Amino acid sequence: MKKLLLGTALGLLAVSTASADTITVVTSFPQDLTGPFKAAFEEAHPDHELEVVNRNTNASVAFLQETRDSNTTDIFWASAPDAFEVLKSENLLAKVDIQAEGIPDEIGSYPINDPDGFYYGFAASGYGIMYNTRYVEANELPVAQEWEDLMSAEYNGHVAMSAPSRSGTTHLTVETLLQGDGWEEGWAKWKWIAGNMNTVTERSFGVPDAVNSGSAGYGIVIDFFGLASKATGFPVELVYPSVTAIVPANIGVIENAPNEEGAKTFVEFVLSPEGQEVLLNPSIMRLPVNPEAYANAPEGFPNPFDEDFAPGAIAFDVDKSGARYNLVNSLFDVMITYRLDDLRAAVSAVQEAEAAHADSGNEEAQALIAEARTLIEALPITEEESLDPSFTGVFQVARKTEDTEVVGRQAEVEQEWDSFTVDNYRKARELAEQAAAL
Amino acid sequence: MSATSTQSSRFTLFPRLSGAAVAGILIAILLMAFLVLPVAQVIYVAFLDARTGALTLQNFEDFFNTTLFQQSFVNSFYVSAMSVVVATIIALPLAYITTRFNFAGTAIIQSLGFIPLIMPPFVGAVAMSLLFGRNGTVNLLLNDYFGFRIPFMEGLNGVILVQSIHYFPFILINLSAALRNIDRSMEESAQNLGASGLRLFRRIVFPLAMPGYLAGAALVFIKVFDDLGTPLLLNVNTMLAPQAYLRITGVGINDPMGYVISFILVAFSVFSLWASFLFMRGKDYATTQKGGGGLSKRELSTKEKILAYGVILLILALVLSPHFGLVLLAFGTIWSFSPLPDGFTLQHFHTVFTESAQYIYNTLLYAGTAAILDVVVGTAIAYIVIRTGLPGRKWLDYMATAALAVPGVVLGIGYLRMFHGIQLPFGLGPMASWWGIIIIALMIRRLPYALRSCMAALQQLSLALEEAAENLGASKSRTIRRVVVPLMAGGILAGFVTSFATAAVELSATIMLVSRASEAPLAYGIYLYMQSPAGRGAGAALGILAVVIVALGTYLSHRIIERDRLRTGRGEAEQ
Repeated sequence: MKKLLLGTALGLLAVSTASADTITVVTSFPQDLTGPFKAAFEEAHPDHELEVVNRNTNASVAFLQETRDSNTTDIFWASAPDAFEVLKSENLLAKVDIQAEGIPDEIGSYPINDPDGFYYGFAASGYGIMYNTRYVEANELPVAQEWEDLMSAEYNGHVAMSAPSRSGTTHLTVETLLQGDGWEEGWAKWKWIAGNMNTVTERSFGVPDAVNSGSAGYGIVIDFFGLASKATGFPVELVYPSVTAIVPANIGVIENAPNEEGAKTFVEFVLSPEGQEVLLNPSIMRLPVNPEAYANAPEGFPNPFDEDFAPGAIAFDVDKSGARYNLVNSLFDVMITYRLDDLRAAVSAVQEAEAAHADSGNEEAQALIAEARTLIEALPITEEESLDPSFTGVFQVARKTEDTEVVGRQAEVEQEWDSFTVDNYRKARELAEQAAAL
Repeated sequence: MSATSTQSSRFTLFPRLSGAAVAGILIAILLMAFLVLPVAQVIYVAFLDARTGALTLQNFEDFFNTTLFQQSFVNSFYVSAMSVVVATIIALPLAYITTRFNFAGTAIIQSLGFIPLIMPPFVGAVAMSLLFGRNGTVNLLLNDYFGFRIPFMEGLNGVILVQSIHYFPFILINLSAALRNIDRSMEESAQNLGASGLRLFRRIVFPLAMPGYLAGAALVFIKVFDDLGTPLLLNVNTMLAPQAYLRITGVGINDPMGYVISFILVAFSVFSLWASFLFMRGKDYATTQKGGGGLSKRELSTKEKILAYGVILLILALVLSPHFGLVLLAFGTIWSFSPLPDGFTLQHFHTVFTESAQYIYNTLLYAGTAAILDVVVGTAIAYIVIRTGLPGRKWLDYMATAALAVPGVVLGIGYLRMFHGIQLPFGLGPMASWWGIIIIALMIRRLPYALRSCMAALQQLSLALEEAAENLGASKSRTIRRVVVPLMAGGILAGFVTSFATAAVELSATIMLVSRASEAPLAYGIYLYMQSPAGRGAGAALGILAVVIVALGTYLSHRIIERDRLRTGRGEAEQ
């Protein structure tokens, strides 16, 4: 105990007299990722020391916003590009000149680095479907290969995902489908998939947790959760659907950093071939952005620079996604997260009616089912509205342009959407029940 | 001339401020600086027009016009009320049997009954779903052998179950303390007058224990109403607290409704508290005789004993199951879609001991200091509110209790906003990233627990005892020191233990305030582990350590109080 006390006292002393060689990193990455990087970096640069502070993405952004007046952080290091966009728009990121070679401009169709040079992609992640092999076997389920597969009735109650408003990477998957299949088709797909869900989690890590422990069979997850779970020994597998978003995880230097030189050194290390190889560590398992790093990758490791990888990847429109970012999150929450029970009831009723009339040839029932399907898929707003600045402005408090006239308040709009959605789900369920009774 | 006049006016001003008044003012300043102002800094957004920044009540109108929020309010209220009912059903037999009968293992039962309160973040949740979830141990076995499942963890009922298991110790602790404090002569008089059995309990014992029961029940109600961890874990988000949380913590969004809900949570908590005061008003529960050993304990017949043990074991099995799951998780290798882990290992503990020793030390330091401060401030507030006539004294209580309803993340952001600009001397850096601020945050967040216990203890204490001491020549402060505080010891201890135990696993405010891993407490370490698939076992192992530490802390503080009581008891006898 005495030793412990002494150690802590010394530790505190060492921290309080930290020299300029300490680089303070705020990150949302787990110790599994930061540990190996810290070790490799400090070995390569013995004169620097990395101080890692772990917070989730939301808490990190709030922390950086609140402490801007006397900033103590050098680097922000996290997955979600949108968190970096928020920091960038509030002038919290510094534009520094980073020397890195051999890193292409794009991965899939997504730019690796911020075009304005405020943050850099250091690892790529794709979205996939993770499944628990024991669960699938016990329930005699097929393996879902594509997002569409998850819409069918046999997956009812077996799927999990996190809410896009809670997880920037989930948001990108939602937006990818909206862009790939179109606004209406895309939302329809999400609603049918969500109708099969047993949970919409609040943390993105909640999804791999649910699949690992077997409380859900399939999870819509970012790839490294699946790969790292498998590497840990859980009975899980990961598949990439052909339409997937490849998204870079990022690193950026904070404006007015106490140790900007050190920060630069660390960013350059992470992007160097040496740093990129750390990503192949079994507990990290993220895709390097430097194509050369794949030469030493283990057998079967996915390579997003490969031509065969995700052939259906779409050209992701970053501006479109950015313009309606909060609106899409809010719409998803209103229609799916907060009304999951209503949606599930409606979808189950339709699925049962369809099973009852699979080959009965009863036209009246088919008409009722078709009507119920239309009601479930109905959207309160069109794609044009979703991109109209006077409407998206409702969902942004910090507006960039003051001259845009904004109509309505978020709470007001959400209430309208909510009653529209709840009514439709209820009617859809009634129609489907009528159809099933025929 | 003017100097002398100020001096003379000061001279007349000072003596009027009694010790209690000075303490009251200091506490008011403390609460203003570390609770009211930081929270107000964050929550005032609720009164602003999101577009123009002008003051408005529009957001509140929106709140009451929104169906989702109306439903959330009803759900929150329903869940809180039902949780109080279920928690009472769990706590009452435990408290009653252990205080009324000569019963081997009373100390162990009381200690074990306390453990559910210490549910480390995340791991507790995982353990619960591995045991009771849709494909948890129980349901997998039920499904294999009988072909059906019980939805323990689904919907509002799941929330009620988990919350009651988690928070019933509030009732158990306060009710037991109150039962022990009841004057035996009351019971004997009732028996002499012919009351016995259930009637004695219903008409005499339970009413006399009412302050303790209400203190516990109010805590359970408010805590469940404001808690967001459990509903979020069960993915029930149509309740008020999760709605507030989800709307405040999104990246880059700043929905004023989140702050409106926070405001309503705080207001409703204060209202519930006021309602419980109202219920207690005009009733005097104080009894004069102290140290008579409380209720007389009866021997049980063999048959009764078997029944009592059966009931207690059943309840303990239910309420300790999450911790049983935690143990399995900490010693298990891979546990996935199976009733038990695939194998067992000590690896996770090895990981924890080699990597995380500093977390344990930090937790002891932070939670211990915070809890001591809590009981000191709690006792002072209780005394001021109940025993003095200071104007506005009730507001100390309301303010302190409102902390219960302030979401940790709101308090954390408020601290960053208020204290980051303040540089501390001695190279400690900005105040908001100094480790001491974590202690203050924990103290503020756990103060309501200590306060409720202290209030209940003082309510049961008759004024006559203090008057007697003063008549015998003791000064006010000596009376408090030698009579009031020792007689409140049980309640103070209960307050210390609840504050300490829950502070040891607090995460939501700490996570905003931790600035270095070397200064982080246990809960933060658990959070770190739980962010990766490989860390689940290690996180659970750290959770077990947290539980063991708190249990040891509880046991030690019991020992200290007992020893103290024996020593002073003997000392007085010798005189």
